Amino acid sequence: MIPTGFDYEVAESTDHALELLRTKEDAKLIAGGHSLLPLMKLRLAQPGTLVDIGRVSELRGVRDGGDHLAIGAVTRHHELNHDPVAREHCPLIAYTAGLVGDPQVRHRGTIGGSLAHSDPASDLSTICLTLDADIVARGPNGERTIDAKDFFKSFLENDLGEDEMITEVRVPKVGAAGWSYLKFRQRSLDWATVGVAALVGVQNGSIEGARVGLTNMGHTPLRASGVESALAGAPRDSVGAAAEKADEGTDPPSDTWASADFRRHLAQVLTGRAVEEALSR
Amino acid sequence: MRRISVTVNGVPREADVEERDLLVYFLREGLGLTGTNVGCDTTVCGACTVHVDGESVKSCNLLAVQVDGAEVTTIEGLATNGEMHPMQAAFQEHHGLQCGFCTPGMIMAAVGVLNENPSPSEDEIRHGLEGNLCRCTGYHNIVKAVAAVASA
Amino acid sequence: MATTEQPAPNIGARKLRKEDPKLITGAARYTDNITVPGMLWLGFVRSPFAHARYTKADVSKALAMDGVVAAYTAADLEFAAPLFMAFPLRDLKQPPHWPLAKDKARYVGDPVAVVVAESRALAKDAVEAVSVDWEPLPAVTDVREALADGAPIVHDDLGTNHAGTWDFELDSPAPRRGDPGPYFEDPDLVKVTGEYFLARLIPNAMEPRSVLAEPNLAQGEFTLWTASQIPHFIRTFLTIELGIPEAKMRVIAPDVGGAFGSKLEHYGEEAVSVAVARELGRPVKWTEERSENYVASIHGRDMYQRIELAATRDGVLKAVRVKLEASMGAYLRVVSPAIPMLGAWLYAGVYDPEAYDFAYDMVFTNTTPTDAYRGAGRPEATYAIERTMDQLAHELGMDPVELRRKNMITTDKFPNYTIVSGLTVDSGDYTGTLDKLLERLDYEGFRREQAERRQRGDRKALGVGFSTWLEMCGLAPSRVLAALRYAGGGWEASTIEMMPTGTVRVAIGTAAHGQGHATTFSQTVADQLGVEYEDVEVIYGDTQLVPLGLDTYGSRSMAVGGIAIHHAGEKIIAKARTLAAHQLECSEDDLEWTPGTFTVRGTDRSADIKTLAFAAWSGHDLPDGFEPGLTATHIYDPPNFSWPHGAHACVVEVDTETGLVDIMRYVAVDDCGVQINPMLVAGQVHGGVAQGIAEALYEEARYDEEGNLLHGTMTTYMIPAAPELPSFELDHTVTPSPTNPLGVKGIGEAGTIAAPPAVIGAVVDALSHLGVTDIERPATPERVWKAIQEARS
Repeated sequence: MIPTGFDYEVAESTDHALELLRTKEDAKLIAGGHSLLPLMKLRLAQPGTLVDIGRVSELRGVRDGGDHLAIGAVTRHHELNHDPVAREHCPLIAYTAGLVGDPQVRHRGTIGGSLAHSDPASDLSTICLTLDADIVARGPNGERTIDAKDFFKSFLENDLGEDEMITEVRVPKVGAAGWSYLKFRQRSLDWATVGVAALVGVQNGSIEGARVGLTNMGHTPLRASGVESALAGAPRDSVGAAAEKADEGTDPPSDTWASADFRRHLAQVLTGRAVEEALSR
Repeated sequence: MRRISVTVNGVPREADVEERDLLVYFLREGLGLTGTNVGCDTTVCGACTVHVDGESVKSCNLLAVQVDGAEVTTIEGLATNGEMHPMQAAFQEHHGLQCGFCTPGMIMAAVGVLNENPSPSEDEIRHGLEGNLCRCTGYHNIVKAVAAVASA
Repeated sequence: MATTEQPAPNIGARKLRKEDPKLITGAARYTDNITVPGMLWLGFVRSPFAHARYTKADVSKALAMDGVVAAYTAADLEFAAPLFMAFPLRDLKQPPHWPLAKDKARYVGDPVAVVVAESRALAKDAVEAVSVDWEPLPAVTDVREALADGAPIVHDDLGTNHAGTWDFELDSPAPRRGDPGPYFEDPDLVKVTGEYFLARLIPNAMEPRSVLAEPNLAQGEFTLWTASQIPHFIRTFLTIELGIPEAKMRVIAPDVGGAFGSKLEHYGEEAVSVAVARELGRPVKWTEERSENYVASIHGRDMYQRIELAATRDGVLKAVRVKLEASMGAYLRVVSPAIPMLGAWLYAGVYDPEAYDFAYDMVFTNTTPTDAYRGAGRPEATYAIERTMDQLAHELGMDPVELRRKNMITTDKFPNYTIVSGLTVDSGDYTGTLDKLLERLDYEGFRREQAERRQRGDRKALGVGFSTWLEMCGLAPSRVLAALRYAGGGWEASTIEMMPTGTVRVAIGTAAHGQGHATTFSQTVADQLGVEYEDVEVIYGDTQLVPLGLDTYGSRSMAVGGIAIHHAGEKIIAKARTLAAHQLECSEDDLEWTPGTFTVRGTDRSADIKTLAFAAWSGHDLPDGFEPGLTATHIYDPPNFSWPHGAHACVVEVDTETGLVDIMRYVAVDDCGVQINPMLVAGQVHGGVAQGIAEALYEEARYDEEGNLLHGTMTTYMIPAAPELPSFELDHTVTPSPTNPLGVKGIGEAGTIAAPPAVIGAVVDALSHLGVTDIERPATPERVWKAIQEARS
């Protein structure tokens, strides 16, 4: 559990971090360290330099951006979980931040770190995808905004360039929409075997629109588009039938926690339950 | 090597550490504070839990250089003026430990739980301790100890 | 006239633990906390393959690194004998197990070389710099596949993976009541067969293994600190392997962070560390990482079971017949081949059939060696009989509780009843624990709620499972162990010394690692000698301070060690009596002993034990021939095992759509005889039940086709945390053991023995209306879901 040797630099600002990232040999960013350090301790990652952005205060905290929330990249899960603005305007993300890992992990782990790691088992990645979040990245050529749906590329791969970093995540305020995130795992401390996020709007007794996101059902977080189309404009009692489409287009892993088949089944069951829970909120 | 300044259990310390030194090894081998134990290598078991700036963290998953300028509290720093912290006393009173190896981390985590939620339900206590594994007690008496401190 | 107030007895009191202050303040001395000047660090080079030949481990790159002091391959370190194995069973194939594997590695994690460096980190770096010319071979990890024709052979010279067979007729020193053969031919009897696979488990003591070896070459003396349950055995083993006389080989088990059988072991790393310390003349430390622990510390279970019952149609159990196939892993460790045997006499549980048979095969596979894990053999037995009793109840259309009650050995048979397998049980009240359990459970109320849920088609199904258990513990009478072909004895030794100021030093040969011996032994000694609980100091775990002892395992510490202390205490009292008679100028027969004081009968003249202790120490005025000092040693060999028992029930809620099992209630009524400290007894049950629940629902260690451990870290190996477990409801009965003067039996393994069948039984019961009759353990959500699917189709 001892990493190989590396150099360590403390970034004073976002610009400084970008400069270090560009100029230092084989540099990686570290904030909370709860995605990268575990790999380094098992020597599965051996970066040449760590650039610590954990102290860059401009990257930390939740800001009310009018129609959206702007969440700084090094905002910790615990902070997001307890942030009053997030709880009021986007309870789905605040709630889910409280399900990541365990309390100690939530005290250090950051949303930017979770997204940059791009593990399809990450709860917050699924939430960002479900919310159609904008991921703000900066690099040597300035700032760009990446749609969450374009951000996740494959298992542990994303759209960020080697010299880019996430600075902020923008999620829309969800207004009156009902929400749910169901994280299925046998132990509370585990990663999601399967997770399902749902955001459902209701008008005149029918479902106006639903967004459904899936955790750990493929190489990236996924949207259950079959479910979403089946629910658009549908009556409330159509949830069961729609949920059966939850695993369409997914490619879930088989591992020690579950086979792909069981994950497909769980996705259906949890989707039905998540949508029902969202409708009840 | 890198020089860090860190306040450990109220005592300001300066030390040269290797960049790759984990906080837990800095505490154990650099400062001789062996109360904090190492039970796993994947940030699961929580035996190494300490407080950094008042919050519970797993010191096996933090570099010593990351706590430069921070305040760290370990199990050795929990008692004040020779008086055990109420959580320590409660663990003994309710037999919340057997082999004692998970205990320092468990106590630090439990103190953290009550710092954030002074009157938790049994379920909240259990979830508050989800990052700490114990192989001896089945958690029964640990939960009782934490509940007793909360209601005291 | 002064009245003397009788002090409250310590036995039976909820005394707070003497061990706790250091453990809750961070002042414990676990092996890895100990540092000595000039200490170097070891790192072990391990096989990444389950089965691979090699010709050379090249350490040159490692040796060239800054801070690397030495490196040794298997060829570089000489051992006088291979690692000691203590159970040479009849016709057992016993390939030598060298601390560093020569020529061939037989499991992932098999060590082949060791590096020595100036820091923990450098040792790790140096391990990675060693290159080995591995030539991977096909591997076999499953017991049945290992026995099949054409299977890869783990030990080439043997030509087979079959290590041996233990057969009741040939190997049990006690004759069974009857041969079950005819019963299974009888057409009037109902037969059921249970077939179970008990997954491989990883003990997971929270403290990983750690050793620190310190040499004194000038004197030829060595000290080894090791995180172990068995310092005395290790001392002797090291003498055999390294030629260091016992008196020069000091082994210390300081504070030990849990063990559960995984430290009832002697590991190659211990022998290597002492050997390296001898080579270099410098102290060396090694502490394993958890992932290393997972491949290189012993595992438990990994066994196929087949159990057959024959019973009358009205539910009288007539015969039990059992055959097991048990994985040894790649090598035989200290007691590996005997683990299934520790259950050999218990597959009829608390029941009273007429005939019995039992046998097992021992099988080598390319896996981490298996050995004792909490309960060792007895959880296996209890699982088989209890699950199959459920099956029999189902077959007969009987209530599982009634079937159990009908077949229990009745209380009037005791004391000293010889059960079907031929061993004699000291005492018990099996229906008593069952009755108390049902009272607490509200069984009828539960069945009503279960029926209601089923009627309304609730997706969450309720189930209850039962388990009754009987354990033979207090290991063990030495003569019996000899008949079982064990290399050592089963006695225990204690020396009590009354110090000049009247405090009491109790040296005991057991070696605690969380049980609270300092507390419970203080309680018994305080009551016996009439001294303050605080005045008793219990010393253990150091072969120099406590030279005589056979260590801690098999719930033996109170039932054997506690009795050794008791008899030493009797000797102290007897010696003090002689001195008191001398001082009080009376005959010994005129003295009345109330703990702490001798009084001359019918007078107010008395002598207290503290004063006598000082007088004995000063030696100023002693009777002729009286040895100075008030000290006594007793070595106690128990005449029988001790036989605790109990009845457990588990209530679960099963989500029939996701397969997730939630434990709603867990009720346990146990009888361990007299309880010295009820709080500690309860603690043992809590922890044991938690491990049993884990075994039933969460934990398994599986290998892939190549022999890589799939559950190789604490992330994937599923130890339950606090949210997964309920608060436990405990009760007890007290049926003292007639075999020993304290009436104690043992409680360390009870929960682990009892819980798995109760939990699995509950899950099966919850799903019985869907047609589910069994679920392989651990009953993970997926297995539960699949069982429902299979039952439906």
